[in-house]
Amino acid sequence: MNPFSSGTRLRDMIRAIRACKTAAEERAVVRKECADIRALINEDDPHDRHRNLAKLMFIHMLGYPTHFGQMECLKLIASPGFPEKRIGYLGLMLLLDERQEVLMLVTNSLKQDLNHSNQYVVGLALCALGNICSAEMARDLAPEVERLIQFRDPNIRKKAALCSTRIVRKVPDLAENFVNAAASLLKEKHHGVLITGVQLCYELCLINDEALEYFRKKCTEGVIKTLRDITNSAYQPEYDVAGITDPFLHIRLLRLLRVIGQGDADASDLMTDILAQVATKTESNKNAGNAVLYECVETIMAIEDTSSLRVLAINILGRFLSNRDNNIRYVALNMLMKAITFDDQAVQRHRVTVLECVKDPDASIRKRALELVTLLVNENNVTQLTKELIDYLEISDEDFKEDLSAKICFIVEKFSPEKLWYIDQMLKVLCEAGKFVKDDVWHALIVVISNASELHGYTVRALYRAVLTYSEQETLVRVAVWCIGEYGDLLVNNVGMIGSEDPITVTESDAVDVIEDAITRHNSDSTTKAMALVALLKLSSRFPSISERIKDIIVKQKGSLLLEMQQRAIEYNSIVDRHKNIRSSLVERMPVLDEATFNVRRAGSFPASASTVAKPSVSLPNGFEKPAVAPLLDLLDLDSDDILAAPSSSGADYLQDLLGVDLGSSSSQFGATQAPKAGTDLLLDILSIGTPSPAQNSISSIDLLSTADVNSNPSNALDTLSSPVPPHTATTASTGMFDLLDGLSPSPSKEATNGPAYPSIVAYESSSLKIEFTFSKPPGNPQTTNVQATFINLSPNTFTDFIFQAAVPKFLQLHLDPASSNTLPVSGNGAITQNLSVTNSQHGKKSLVMRMRIGYKLNGKDVLEEGQVSNFPCGL
Amino acid sequence: MTCLIMLASGIHFVLLVSRQGKVRLTKWYSPYAQKERSKVIRELSGVILNRGPKLCNFVEWRGYKVVYKRYASLYFCMCIDQEDNELEVLEIIHHYVEILDRYFGSVCELDLIFNFHKAYYILDELLIAGELQESSKKTVARIISAQDQLVEVAKEEASSISNIIAQATK
Repeated sequence: MNPFSSGTRLRDMIRAIRACKTAAEERAVVRKECADIRALINEDDPHDRHRNLAKLMFIHMLGYPTHFGQMECLKLIASPGFPEKRIGYLGLMLLLDERQEVLMLVTNSLKQDLNHSNQYVVGLALCALGNICSAEMARDLAPEVERLIQFRDPNIRKKAALCSTRIVRKVPDLAENFVNAAASLLKEKHHGVLITGVQLCYELCLINDEALEYFRKKCTEGVIKTLRDITNSAYQPEYDVAGITDPFLHIRLLRLLRVIGQGDADASDLMTDILAQVATKTESNKNAGNAVLYECVETIMAIEDTSSLRVLAINILGRFLSNRDNNIRYVALNMLMKAITFDDQAVQRHRVTVLECVKDPDASIRKRALELVTLLVNENNVTQLTKELIDYLEISDEDFKEDLSAKICFIVEKFSPEKLWYIDQMLKVLCEAGKFVKDDVWHALIVVISNASELHGYTVRALYRAVLTYSEQETLVRVAVWCIGEYGDLLVNNVGMIGSEDPITVTESDAVDVIEDAITRHNSDSTTKAMALVALLKLSSRFPSISERIKDIIVKQKGSLLLEMQQRAIEYNSIVDRHKNIRSSLVERMPVLDEATFNVRRAGSFPASASTVAKPSVSLPNGFEKPAVAPLLDLLDLDSDDILAAPSSSGADYLQDLLGVDLGSSSSQFGATQAPKAGTDLLLDILSIGTPSPAQNSISSIDLLSTADVNSNPSNALDTLSSPVPPHTATTASTGMFDLLDGLSPSPSKEATNGPAYPSIVAYESSSLKIEFTFSKPPGNPQTTNVQATFINLSPNTFTDFIFQAAVPKFLQLHLDPASSNTLPVSGNGAITQNLSVTNSQHGKKSLVMRMRIGYKLNGKDVLEEGQVSNFPCGL
Repeated sequence: MTCLIMLASGIHFVLLVSRQGKVRLTKWYSPYAQKERSKVIRELSGVILNRGPKLCNFVEWRGYKVVYKRYASLYFCMCIDQEDNELEVLEIIHHYVEILDRYFGSVCELDLIFNFHKAYYILDELLIAGELQESSKKTVARIISAQDQLVEVAKEEASSISNIIAQATK
């Protein structure tokens, strides 16, 4: 030991740490050590560096921060001795990762060490570079490494080869520089160099097509010969693993042949013999042999069609699958998934075995097998496979149920031969694993049920039976509640019996019991409760005789802690209580939900992109007698003509509409495509809170929320605009609604009376249209700006069906009042005005911006104009 | 996970954990920030240590595969891509263990605790950039001992110099 050094030795520190009985003790020891090391670092004594860094590495492994030691690594690397460099490079690789700036400081030391006279120092530098180099370092040091591939010592050649693989991974442009050097390595006899050389060639082939062509042309035969030699070689104790000479080299050679053969029939032909030999001659009783066989099968399946070889490959996989070793079965399942693409029949033969694997105690195997089964399902075997899987669902582990039920649902949806079967299977899944079923799956089920009008009675009765037994399965309860709400009358009267069904006697009050149970159970979540509340409202009309009881249940929800529930309870109570005359039309059965729209919506709801969202709108505007997407509007029985414009843009709120109530939580799955709370807004608008013109307003709010969608599809926007503009007089239905909300005072935005004055601006001007904005601020509310927009027609003709839409970024809130008219006469004969109020949540930080879109008809032709307003006066 | 998915990337990281969940060695070939590293270790040791004895040696994790094997009280884990040959990785693990065994003379966990840096040096002679560099155990042993020798020589020199200094300053 160095007599000048202070502090504890590494060994003593490790002992001290190991002696700690509690985590707190360990922390104390580590803290003290770190403090000592920091002090020593500050003294900058080169004698202790070596040991300090070793200690730091140990501390690092325990999970404590050690960033203060990073510079010590660099100092050690820069010192002249081998021991210092050795520990320095080790610390560098352990304490730093390639994203740290400090790493750049080491480039120069690395360069010097790559040219060092001691080959072991060169080896250290190559190893560090190969393990953590960044793209910049790769560029800087590539020439050095390339030169070292030809170094006299094999130890350096192999390190340089692997270092090059890292370099070309980081900077693929450099690949061509390495091609010649890599090809020369293929002739090596030294196994280490050969292995790394083959690896580098493989890597280059993947990255660079020219390199692939080069190796294909020049090296195919050489590689095949090397593989043949190694396969036929006599026993070599140095490389032997379980009777196979260097399985690692085998595997790399097979992998290189794979890329060479793929897409090239001639090269594939050349390698047929040797592949057949490896596939038949390799011992398969040990892991090493199986690893080689596995690689061989993979190569056979990847290269150009040589059908006799493929039979061989599939047979090997069949053998693997019946192996008792779990590892081998696992890889067999994995490979069969790939084999399915070229020989479905051969894989189908193993279906029974695969199905057994789904029930394996090993989670990894189960998961693989389940995925394979999903691929094996087709129209012919779907009923049998589904039955097996559902039977297993009943007894499977809880933590596997989620995966399993998801796959069953996928299979059932994809291959369902008929609706009755689909509904039956889905009900079984919901009963067994309802709490794991994803929202889109049970939403889809509701859409299907809604479409199967002849099965409504059957379904609602089956659900009723199921929910009595499996009331803890949340999604089952939801679907049941929805169906009972919709089809409660069919439930009690045994309407629409189908052949196989046993009649049941359900009284109206039994049906309500189920709903009451769902709404009062403490562990029901808010969505379920909300659905139950809607169901109750519906049942109050379906079962007039017990509407008093239903009312009592609804009234109880007035005390709900959820604001939404409270509010709905008050509203629904009011409907039940005071509006018997409109109640039945209000809660009519929902129109059939449109499956196509839902499916597109569903597909689009995952990758949140504008293009997928735009699709549903395209399919919608025409061709439906009743716009199915806006059931709530229908629910309120507004004239559908009035709202024809709404469905085309309300696609995003489809399911919200379905549920009728938005509780926020239920909307999470729609992610970014969904305007938050849109459902509620819609409802509020329909119920006409504080606005004199509900139909108009609901449209404008929907349009605003979905402007982004509309933007991506101009033709759709035209559709929107060309449809009749709703009259802005209140419809009778909506006036009737006014007193629904007794107690809640309407809050229309009032005209500003006084406030700071802002100059008016010309927000938009084209050859035919000019828009002016004048501003005012309501007193006491600096965030809000009232904007009066004046539209002036600059063309010689009158605009009809004039509609103005605007959109604002998230930090703004926009409210549009109805326009003064939808007909814009020629300039001088009048103008349309429309009031907007904008609330700026970032008032003082960000200024207003607005996008707008103006549509109108000119001489019977649709015209669409768009613009952005960014010249708002400061301080709004 | 922020690491770049390339066509081939070899072994992403090597991890040695004890049965008690103590980390004995970590080696990262793909870029993981320090915070991610500890998260990965926590997550994986939770999964792997809880697996039963007769199950297969592969765990699917975050879209990758982790091949692990238990030797006495230590779990050796290597993370690879979905397409990689997991049976071969098992062989690589075994290869490493055999070299350790030869170097330490029937290796045990304590050897790897007190001589953790040696375990790293050996690993560095076995893998670079997540790829195997040597299939001969003998060659690895030879290169390691040559380097150990270099360190010994340097140490002797240093101590003889410091002795001279010590005597001179007496």
